[in-house]
Amino acid sequence: MDDRFQSALALLPDYLARHVLLSAAALALGVAIGLPLAILLVRHARLRWPALAAASFVQTIPGLALLALFYPLLLGLSVFTKALFGFALPALGFLPSLLALTLYSLLPILRNAVAGLTGLDPAVMEAASAVGMTTRQQLFRVELPLAAPVIMAGIRTAAVWTIGAATLSTAVGQTSLGNYIFTGLQTENWIYVLFGCAVVAAFAIAVDQTLGLIEAGATRRSAARIWIGAVVMAAGVVAALVPLSASSSRTYLIGAKNFSEQFILAELIARQLAAEGASAERKEGLGSAVVFRALASSDIDAYVDYSGTLWANVLSRTDTPESGVMLKELTSALAERFGVVLLGPLGFENAYALAMRRERAAALGISSIADLARHAGGLTFGTDLEFLSRPEWKALRDAYHLNFQAQRSYTPTFMYRAIDSGDADVITAFSSDGRIAAQGLVVLTDPLHAIPSYDAILLVSPKRANDPLLARALQPLIGKIAVERMREANFMVDRDTDKTTPQEAASFLARAAGLP
Amino acid sequence: MGQPHFIEIAKVAKSFDGGATFAVRDVTIGLPAGGFLAVVGTSGSGKTTTLKLINRLVEPDRGEVRIDGVPVGATDAPTLRRSIGYVFQGIGLFPHMKVGENIGITPQLLGWAPTEITARIAELLDLVGLPQSYASRFPDALSGGEAQRVSVARAIAARPRIVLMDEPFGALDPVTRDAVGQAYRTLHERLSLTTVMVTHDVQEAVLLADQIAVMSGGRVLARGTPRELMGNPDPSVAALMAMPKRQAERIAALMARDNGYG
Repeated sequence: MDDRFQSALALLPDYLARHVLLSAAALALGVAIGLPLAILLVRHARLRWPALAAASFVQTIPGLALLALFYPLLLGLSVFTKALFGFALPALGFLPSLLALTLYSLLPILRNAVAGLTGLDPAVMEAASAVGMTTRQQLFRVELPLAAPVIMAGIRTAAVWTIGAATLSTAVGQTSLGNYIFTGLQTENWIYVLFGCAVVAAFAIAVDQTLGLIEAGATRRSAARIWIGAVVMAAGVVAALVPLSASSSRTYLIGAKNFSEQFILAELIARQLAAEGASAERKEGLGSAVVFRALASSDIDAYVDYSGTLWANVLSRTDTPESGVMLKELTSALAERFGVVLLGPLGFENAYALAMRRERAAALGISSIADLARHAGGLTFGTDLEFLSRPEWKALRDAYHLNFQAQRSYTPTFMYRAIDSGDADVITAFSSDGRIAAQGLVVLTDPLHAIPSYDAILLVSPKRANDPLLARALQPLIGKIAVERMREANFMVDRDTDKTTPQEAASFLARAAGLP
Repeated sequence: MGQPHFIEIAKVAKSFDGGATFAVRDVTIGLPAGGFLAVVGTSGSGKTTTLKLINRLVEPDRGEVRIDGVPVGATDAPTLRRSIGYVFQGIGLFPHMKVGENIGITPQLLGWAPTEITARIAELLDLVGLPQSYASRFPDALSGGEAQRVSVARAIAARPRIVLMDEPFGALDPVTRDAVGQAYRTLHERLSLTTVMVTHDVQEAVLLADQIAVMSGGRVLARGTPRELMGNPDPSVAALMAMPKRQAERIAALMARDNGYG
């Protein structure tokens, strides 16, 4: 408990710095775009409705979806920029987060600025032109100062929204305070979740109050308040950014999907890199589809994936050859098509498997998926969030003619809760999951071999394909992780009591594998 | 009327709805330098539009306004307006600027030196009878009469030769109104200003102006000195002009009877 708090605290300078940088940049960009746009809209009433409607529309897109949409968009754009200017836009991390958050911040800025500028007293506006001000002088000397309180209120709203929504940028590989929340939810580390929420809330409140001071200064025409607010704001941003300037020169970006095993393996890679004198930045909580494309476009340097996943999703293969053949074909296909290096298997498999509670399976006489198919009409199927849209499910369903009474999707942690409580009768378990044994589940056999092998494999990006340091750091992991050790490590993090952090589980794994 | 006019409004027409109706039509008014013209009429008679044509707050559809023989359209609008004082209906002070900044705005736009502006603000506060300490107040801390004095000070800050006033004293209580009005008339003479004032109050027009133009339906019905207008053949003009005199006589009679109400 205490050490989880300690480890959360240790991560704070880096997470906060990145969160501040991202939200400050997005807000600054939002103001830089929003204010001139608002002035344009005030001058051209015909554009006002469409522009405000577009900004409102953006606001209705869920934040996570908006962030995720920028990934393929930037990936497409980066093909262009590479062809035209010889450099690829980063499609993951800071840029998509910045763009999505900027779009998000536009509505309150635009709406308030337009309301503030159109709501001015016409007599004062006439006075401005009658004393001999040009249109530009009217804007800067009268319209903007008088609308300033309303404009500031909009910026304030945008700031709070941006700071809150910036937590979601973790999902597209941008480190933020959201890392506490995403990691915490996945590993049921509630200390992390609460810590993350508390820091985000405190940060948002501090910014809100400071901007409030500037707003009050604008309303009461008190230059002192405006200056104090601006100085506090600038000092806060600068202070928060200090840790970033101290970041190490040799930094590798390590990707991880959104479950405990991936967090642990990312930590294990980071340990190995540290031993070689390099540091690792984690891009955690990436979706299965995003993470490989990120690697292929060198937005991340290395991560662990599973052979069957790439086989079906990346190579679009529906056959299920045995493990060795699949690895061989994957190695050459990934190198050929993407320039991605398949360094080798870690030594364990994390296959999709269907699991039931032992008593329930025994009562119904189910030991294989073929048995399950006969009872499926009366059973509820609990899956993780992506299984039902994956080709493996299609293969399994078609092979066994599975037709469940109901299907429900959960995050992995809650999926295990659901089978425990009886809300789900069958779940998609992962074979390396420590909870299978711990919860008394039985894995159903796959007599038709509908599900391919899922050997954990180390992948390296095209950019780092010939990087000797990375190779030195990763090679010792090949073939060293036994499935039992992985299960134990996973369970250390996933269990409900006496949980450990992914870092500690990684240390355990390293010791078990005889690594330094 | 033989000498060339300083301000010359020549056959001016303006429509705000593309020619369906005209706010002013065929308006021709001349005013010599140093003259004080009051334009009277009911709301919608076109008197404010006529005033705004002079400093190009409104551009005419037809006709021309000339100042000292030069068409106003020849000077770009902000430059022209910096040379003409304007006092507003409803005061129109900038609420975010202090009294001093309000008064000094046109000199500042003209690029006067800061020391010169500060001196001018002090001089004007004296001129309109306000204490120097008012320079650092915001307009919302002023009474209506004080605010209108500031508005007058702002209008004459850059030493214009012409001052335009749109219902300048309409929002003030009668006592203040009379005091500010008389104070302005004194300034008008002392500074040799040429003033055009729009008002719906005939009594005020008679008391302050030496020339009156009566407008109705966008046209000038009559113009001349108050005495000339009393004998105007148009009965509505005569009636309008007779009203202040009749009111004054009734008030005098009521006061004389002294029967009291209490």
